[in-house]
Parts: sequence; structure tokens; C-alpha cells
Amino acid sequence: MLSIRNLHASIEGTPILNGINLEINAGEVHAIMGPNGSGKSTLASVLAGREEYEVTEGEVFFKGKNLLELSPEDRAREGVFMAFQYPVEIPGVSSTNFLRTAVNQVRKYRGQEPLDAVKFLSLMKEKMKLVEIDQKLLSRSLNEGFSGGEKKRNEIFQMAVLEPTLSILDETDSGLDIDALKVVANGVNQLKSADKATIVVTHYQRLLDYIVPDFVHVLFHGKIVKSGPKALAMELEEKGYDWIKEELSGTTA
Amino acid sequence: MSTTKKKDFQLVQQFESLKDFHPVLSGLENLQNNALTILVENGFPTIKEEEYKYTGITKRISESISDFRKSAQISGLSQKKITTDLPSWPKDANIIVTNNGYFEGELSSFDENDLSIQPFSKLDPHTLATFIGSIEKPEKDAFTALNTALLENGVMVQIPAGKRVKKPIYLIHYVQPGNDGHCIFPRVFVNANKNAEATIVEMDVFLDEKPVFINSVAEFGIHQNAHVKHYKLQDGHKSAITVSNTSTNVHRDATFTSVVLSLEADMIRNNLSLNLVDGSCEGNMYGLFLLNGRTHVDNHTNVDHTQAHALSNELYKGILNDQSRGVFNGKIFVRKDAQKTNAFQQNSNLLLSENATINTKPQLEIWADDVKCSHGCTTGQLDDEALFYIRSRGIGKEAARALLLYAFAGEVLEQIQEEAFKKYCKKTVNERLGGNY
Repeated sequence: MLSIRNLHASIEGTPILNGINLEINAGEVHAIMGPNGSGKSTLASVLAGREEYEVTEGEVFFKGKNLLELSPEDRAREGVFMAFQYPVEIPGVSSTNFLRTAVNQVRKYRGQEPLDAVKFLSLMKEKMKLVEIDQKLLSRSLNEGFSGGEKKRNEIFQMAVLEPTLSILDETDSGLDIDALKVVANGVNQLKSADKATIVVTHYQRLLDYIVPDFVHVLFHGKIVKSGPKALAMELEEKGYDWIKEELSGTTA
Repeated sequence: MSTTKKKDFQLVQQFESLKDFHPVLSGLENLQNNALTILVENGFPTIKEEEYKYTGITKRISESISDFRKSAQISGLSQKKITTDLPSWPKDANIIVTNNGYFEGELSSFDENDLSIQPFSKLDPHTLATFIGSIEKPEKDAFTALNTALLENGVMVQIPAGKRVKKPIYLIHYVQPGNDGHCIFPRVFVNANKNAEATIVEMDVFLDEKPVFINSVAEFGIHQNAHVKHYKLQDGHKSAITVSNTSTNVHRDATFTSVVLSLEADMIRNNLSLNLVDGSCEGNMYGLFLLNGRTHVDNHTNVDHTQAHALSNELYKGILNDQSRGVFNGKIFVRKDAQKTNAFQQNSNLLLSENATINTKPQLEIWADDVKCSHGCTTGQLDDEALFYIRSRGIGKEAARALLLYAFAGEVLEQIQEEAFKKYCKKTVNERLGGNY
């Protein structure tokens, strides 16, 4: 579904990603871990199309299409969704109106009829149950005055409504207490299916107790330096990242 | 060189009708003669004048207008014509029509049980002398002096004590400069007596796009416990120059709310003054200016707290594109006796182009010591992070921009409480912001 080959990216001339290679197939959950500054969030942002990052080398194919040539909106319309680490507060834009515009622009791109108000409302209701989000939140301006947990929950709600093929969770767990984490993880798990894939970018192994990954990748200095099964995440939690750094300096020395 | 001086006397010379001028409205002779003297002695302001520093409107009028006579009335302005010209002719409203500044009795329609509407020519000299020029005085601004000196018509709106006018009052100015002059001088006085309530919607309807100079004056007397809302839409064309002087006296327990939307124009200068002449009253001023091309809009507002326990609120927002220019100047005076005053002011602007300019200046002068006053201004660009967030959900770039801009403008539009007019303004603003996705 997603092929990342030798991806290099920089911001304002500073290289952040230095040759990422990653293959993701339908039905898989991949966790991306790594110390601060290793390039985890950059990878998520580059996939979603954030324009501050410049891709200097490499390619990314999503369902056979060159993802890097697509605008952020077209990536979303093709089925890529990124849950933001810091969801943006947008005063004056109602959550409902925003989502309905999004859903219908995505549908238009796919050659589907727009949803009328009634159909959209029933879609909202169905998905609200799934992620246990309060209707009151959705009647307010988008993310305005939401707590950290409410913002993250709203991200998962949007994901549920837009039904992406590839979901990228960018540190969705950061700052959440265990109850909020469970709700978010539960939402993600319910949306999983054999034809969809998920990338979980996280700093903490804790989230992976609830969203169980098929693969864990360790990112360091903008490269995947180690990949393994879920057990790798446990090992990282126990030992920290230093042993990987040592292992790396050992091999290069 | 006129630009090196604070005053421009050449423009005074251009208005030839000032030379052999005779007051025609009995009761206003003193006022008009005085206005003429002020004009001849002081001239018009140049950009050397602090109040007109950023807005060289005198020069712009001199350069753009070729015939300084007053436009005569448009002929053939019929009920049929106006209902088809106006995109959303107000239904179920009191309607006052002016024709190049002259009152059109036949096209106006209103509920005589609720209010009285009369041209100045029908008013007795005593009434005229009592009201006209009592709130917006000719010495305040040269353009008011010009309007007053050349005054020969105008509309007086009176709302009787205790009357709640349920239907909105639409004040519609038809504008079409003729071959005999390109200047239009509307004048209105609204007198809301004790406990009266009314909503007034004012707009210009331009029948062509020829250069025109509209110099309007409006005076509002808001008496004890009266509540008046005044909504004004300035949406002309790229050759329209407007100077608008509005002054309001707000008395005890009364409320006056102004919402001014400025869209298409060559240049607009609005001077809006709220005189809170008594305590415990409230004045609100909201504005939205949405500019493109080389449009220049200057809002000078002034609220004067003279007695205790009054409240004033002000919010002006600007969205500026291309080479447009916005000016905001907000003066708040809190006099010695105006203790327990609450006064709030905010001006926020979005610059969408590197060549757009905003000059904003809050000006607070406070002599009382127990008051709450705040002011702030922000100027920025559209938030890239918000734009990316919206686009990442599948919404196209143009639609995302429109969504954000409309949200910014919405805070002012929401202040309009006359539903039909609000709907029309929202639709117009949304279209201008590219919201038809």
C-alpha cells in the first residue's frame, strides 16, 4: 500500500530524514519509535504533505500513486489521514460544518454524490458513538478551548468519519492519561480492517499495549536503524534508546 | 504646492455652487452660513493634517471628480425598476428611498403608526433649527461643513416615544451621477424618542460605475432608554469615493449599535462619533472592511464617555488583499465624571498580500480614575498551520482559505440582528472571499 524508498527531507536547509525505507501492506500496524529529534514527526508530516519540508531525495508511492506529487488535500482524498500531534484551534469554524465540507469534497474527488444534511448527521452520530465524543464538543468551533484529551479524541473522530486507508497517528498518545488513551486506542482499533493500514508514531511503549503493532521501527538521525516485532518496543521501554546508539556507534567505529 | 500645506483651498473653489450660495431651508440660515464660512476659512484637510494623515481624500476627490456640481435626480426611477435592481429587495420593511440624495416620497413606504418620515422641506423652521446640525456640527469636519453648506434636502426620521418599530427601516440611497454633476450629498436625521426601538439598515445602490463623490452626514438622537441599531453596507465600485460623517448622542439607559461593512470602493472615509452624553448608556461599534485592488478605507471612530456607568464596545476587523489600504483610528475619551466606565476596543487585521497596508492607531484619553478600559490591535497573515490542518482533511486550498477568512469576518457579521440583511451580507462576504466551493 505504501512504499517509502530512500526518503530524504529537510527543513530550511537542515536535513531531518536521511534515507527512510519502509514498506507497509494493507492490514498492518507499524509503530515508529525513536528518541526526540530523530525525525518521527517529520516523517508523518512529509507523508501528509506539510509544505515546510522539502523532499530532497527518494520517493513515496501510495496505492501505486506518487504521493509526493499530490497536494495535502489530494492525499487526504486518496485516503491518507494524519492525526495531528497538536491539533489546531480554529475559532469561528464549526466542527460540523468543517467535517461536512471535508467529507463532501472527498466524495466529490472520488466521484460520489455529496451527503445531504440528514445522511451526514446519521454518519456523525454513528461515529460519535465509536469514539465516545460528546455532541457538545462538535457544536463548538473546531478545537477551540478543547482540552488536550478532547482534541486528540476529535482527531480520531475525524478519522472515523473520513475512513482513511492509511492512518498516521502522530504522537496521539502524548499528554493523555490512561483513560483518555484507552478511548483513543479503542477508536483506532475499531477502525482497523484488512484493507487498511496504520502508522503509529509514538514516544512511549504504553500506547502499544492498546494498539498492538505488527512491526516496530526505531528511527534515529532520520533513518530506520532497527526493525522488529512488538517485543522490540518492550525492549526499548526497558533499556531506553542508549543501547541502540551504542550499537550503532559500535558498528560504524 | 497644496500638499505642503495642511489645508487645501483649491477644492473649495471647485465647488462653484458655494460661490453664489443662498440657504434655501428657512430655519437653517445661520447653520448654513456658518458652515460656508468654516469651509472658506479652513479649506479641506490634506495629509499634513493629523486626522487625514493616511487618507489623502481631498486630493483623490480633486483628481477623480470632473464635475463638482450636485447630481440632479435620476429620472425614471420607478418602483418596478428598483425592485429589479436590488438583489434582495427587503420584504416586510419600512423603506426610505433617496434619489441621488433627494428624498423619494413616492418610492418610500412605511407604517405611519410606527414612525414619521419627512423631507426637510416639509419641516417647520423651528424643528429644523432644533435638530439639524445639533449633533454633527459643521466645525467638526470640513466634509460635514460642505454637506451642511450645500444642504437643500434631507430626510428626518422620527420614532415616537415608547414605539417599538418591529419592521426594519431600510434607508436606500440610489446613486447615478448625471451629466450635470457628480456629487451626491445625502443627509439624514434619526430621532428616537424615549423608550423607542428601531433597526435601521442603510445602503447605497449604484446604477452605474461612473466616478462619483458621495458626501453623507447622518445624525442620531437616541433618547432615554431608546435602543437603536444602525447597519450600514458600503459596497459600491472602483470609482466611488465616499465620505461619511455619522454622529450619535446617546442618552441615559439608551443603546446604540453600529455595524459598518465596507467592501467595494475607490476610497472611503468614515467618521463615526458616539457621544455618550449621559450615564448608564451603551454604545457599540462594529466594522468589517474587505478590500482588494487599490481600495482604500479609513475608519475613524470616536466614543466620548462623559458620565458614569456607561459601556462602550468596539470591534473592527479588516481583510486586505492586493494593494489595498486600511486605516483604523479609534479614540476613546473618558471624562472626569465618567467613573465606572467600561470601554473596550479591538482592531484585528489580516493582510493577504505583501502590498496591502494597514495603519492602525488606538487613542485613549482618560481623565477619570475608576474605569476599565482595554484596547488591542493585531495584524497578521492567514495562519499556515490552520490552512494545512484544514487541507489535510481533504478540503481544497481555496476553500480552506475561504473557510478561515469567513470565520474571521464572521465575528462582525454575527453582530447584525436583522435576519434578512444578515443573510444578504453573509452571502455577499462569502462570495467575495471565494466561498463558492
